[in-house]
Amino acid sequence: MPGRARNVSLRQRRRKEALIGYLFVAPAFVGFLIFYLLPTVRAVGISLTDWNLMRAPKFVGLGNYATLLSDGNFWHSAKVTLAYVLYNIPLQTVLGLLLAVLSDRLARAVWLRATIIAPYLISNVVAALVWMMMLDPILGLVNAFLTFFGVSPQGFLASPDQAMVSVAAISTWRHTGLTALLFYAGLQAIPGYLYEAARLEGAGEWTMFRRITLPLLRPVLAFVVVTSLIGSFQVFDVVAVATAGGPSNSTRVILWYIYENAFKFNRMGYASAISVVLFATLILVTLLQMRVLRADQSDLD
Amino acid sequence: MKEYLMGKRHLTGVLATATALTTLGSSFAWAEDVTLNYAMWDANQAPVYRQCADKFEAENPGIKINIKQDSWDNYWTTLSTSFVAGTAPDVFVNHLSRFPEFLANGVMDDLTDRIAADKVEMKAYLPGLAESWNKDDRQYGLPKDWDTIALIYNKKMVADAGISEEELKNLTWNPKDGGSLEKIVARLSVDQNGKRGDETGFDKSKVSVYGWATNTVDGYGQTQWSFLAVSDGFKPIDKPWGKQYGYDSPALAETLTWIRDLALKKGFALSQEQTGRLNATAIFAAGKAAIVPDGSWNISSYRDTSKAEFGFAPLPQGPDGRRSMFNGLSDSIWSGSQHKDEAWKWVKYLGGSECQTIVGKSGVVFPARPEAAKAAEEAHKAKGLDVSAFVQLATPETTFPFPISDRASEISAILTTAIENVLLGKGDPATILKEANDQANGML
Repeated sequence: MPGRARNVSLRQRRRKEALIGYLFVAPAFVGFLIFYLLPTVRAVGISLTDWNLMRAPKFVGLGNYATLLSDGNFWHSAKVTLAYVLYNIPLQTVLGLLLAVLSDRLARAVWLRATIIAPYLISNVVAALVWMMMLDPILGLVNAFLTFFGVSPQGFLASPDQAMVSVAAISTWRHTGLTALLFYAGLQAIPGYLYEAARLEGAGEWTMFRRITLPLLRPVLAFVVVTSLIGSFQVFDVVAVATAGGPSNSTRVILWYIYENAFKFNRMGYASAISVVLFATLILVTLLQMRVLRADQSDLD
Repeated sequence: MKEYLMGKRHLTGVLATATALTTLGSSFAWAEDVTLNYAMWDANQAPVYRQCADKFEAENPGIKINIKQDSWDNYWTTLSTSFVAGTAPDVFVNHLSRFPEFLANGVMDDLTDRIAADKVEMKAYLPGLAESWNKDDRQYGLPKDWDTIALIYNKKMVADAGISEEELKNLTWNPKDGGSLEKIVARLSVDQNGKRGDETGFDKSKVSVYGWATNTVDGYGQTQWSFLAVSDGFKPIDKPWGKQYGYDSPALAETLTWIRDLALKKGFALSQEQTGRLNATAIFAAGKAAIVPDGSWNISSYRDTSKAEFGFAPLPQGPDGRRSMFNGLSDSIWSGSQHKDEAWKWVKYLGGSECQTIVGKSGVVFPARPEAAKAAEEAHKAKGLDVSAFVQLATPETTFPFPISDRASEISAILTTAIENVLLGKGDPATILKEANDQANGML
């Protein structure tokens, strides 16, 4: 009897705890429901229609998806976006890691970390605007510097060959600080005795970095790479402000193409179809990454 | 204390939003006054139209005008979505590039019967303006203003180069040798060693002042290339509401080839790769270019930003004469408006002599009525600016209309890319243009 009573009270307590747990999750969940899930479901619905915003939508089934497969502009935008991701992610991750390790091993000053994170505190639009002016081929500061040092002026955002790299550089400039900060936090979780032990064994900085820091940083690394990859696929504001998809379509990334279709060409159905495809692709990529990086495990256990 | 303040500010925000919402839903039974929402994109013009609105409100008790201004890009997005949401402005400033689309979707009210009933004289507007807002004998907007293109030149640079203003006012151009325009543009280009473009030893890789610069190009080339191409016989589209774009014409290919070479081969003009998104106004203001073609709507921007003295010269005379794109805005009424009678009164007032003269005197734009346009010209003259270069081209013989067709935004995107590619030197101009033209016509 007493055993059973204890069981009941345990179950009751569990239920109560679960209730409290749900209550804690509720605000986030409601937000997710209203601002993410609902619009996503609605976008899937719109993607099955032909809708120009001004008239009632017309159901076209999978017509938009069929159009998409043979739309050269869509594939071009996918290619351009991929190029952006390939410029952006490695650069941002390596630089962030480097900054984090340096500020962890060499200088632990708060002001240094504050400086590193500063660009992230500026909004993308402002960052893009400032860089657009600084990178202006004729009137910009950067070319004035280059000319001073005898380098011929560059087109940067106005040149089809350099525009995507320039956009990636602006994003990297803005995001590296955050990446570095996340890595820095991850580094604090690695126990110091591991380094001490390694040093006693005569390991150098590079070996310690490769054998201790990198493996133990894996969960953070996974988080950083996954989130920044998703963010990179969704690059929009810098493009919208600094290049508007140009010159000669060289920065017409997927989100810009979606925007053009939705609000310039008034093809809301088609724009939604592209969004859905992007969404599905990102889920797949993310699952794959989590698997490859074993994001849910730590080597510290 | 701080939190309390923030809370209060938040509350004020909510109240403001609520007030705004109430104003938006202008049709509440208890509101005695009718509030008309009037939407426009030009921030320079909004205060001037406020003056018109004040006069109108005084003359029409019971009607209030609420002017809403939004930037060009946001304007169209907001407008399209508000049509479907049922919150569109009762009256909105309309642009020819959107006319076909708006007509197809029935968002503009047909004004024909009201014009006939109130005997509004359409001949009181500059020829061509009312007509462009007419389709199948139905009128969808009252003309508001017009614009043409002219050359803006830096007076000091021109004088230093030994070029007389008389020469500038009588420029000729052709795509073969560039006419006197090319000679003058060459003379005005100066490299870092002070050598001019028409002197031996001019270093085209180290130019400090360019003779010629334009805004970054787009598919219609309103301020960048259309005036040259059309003066050489290019016809952008077979007719208003046409089905055949003419971008495969040899005249366009040879014009763009000349423009491309002027920059890439000769170094007398700023190339596409050197023209950032800061527009020609900024390049001119920075003293990096001597001549810049631009539209009459930008006169006040040059006046406000240019430290150097500047003047306006008419477009050069091409093989087919002087030709400027002639574009006119109109005021249209939303077909879903709850106050169409009041909206019509306002539109009639906007198109009338009183309001257009107010607008003219402010000099922000050339109004559609000749007497009001005259007032604008005089207002500029009073400030020491001779704008006759823009005005003298506003005749049917010296202008061509903005090309109107269905699916204009998509076609414009295709044409823009093609023209960028030509000017960047990415292949044979005729081939690139033919391909884009086929694509555009395929959409119609």
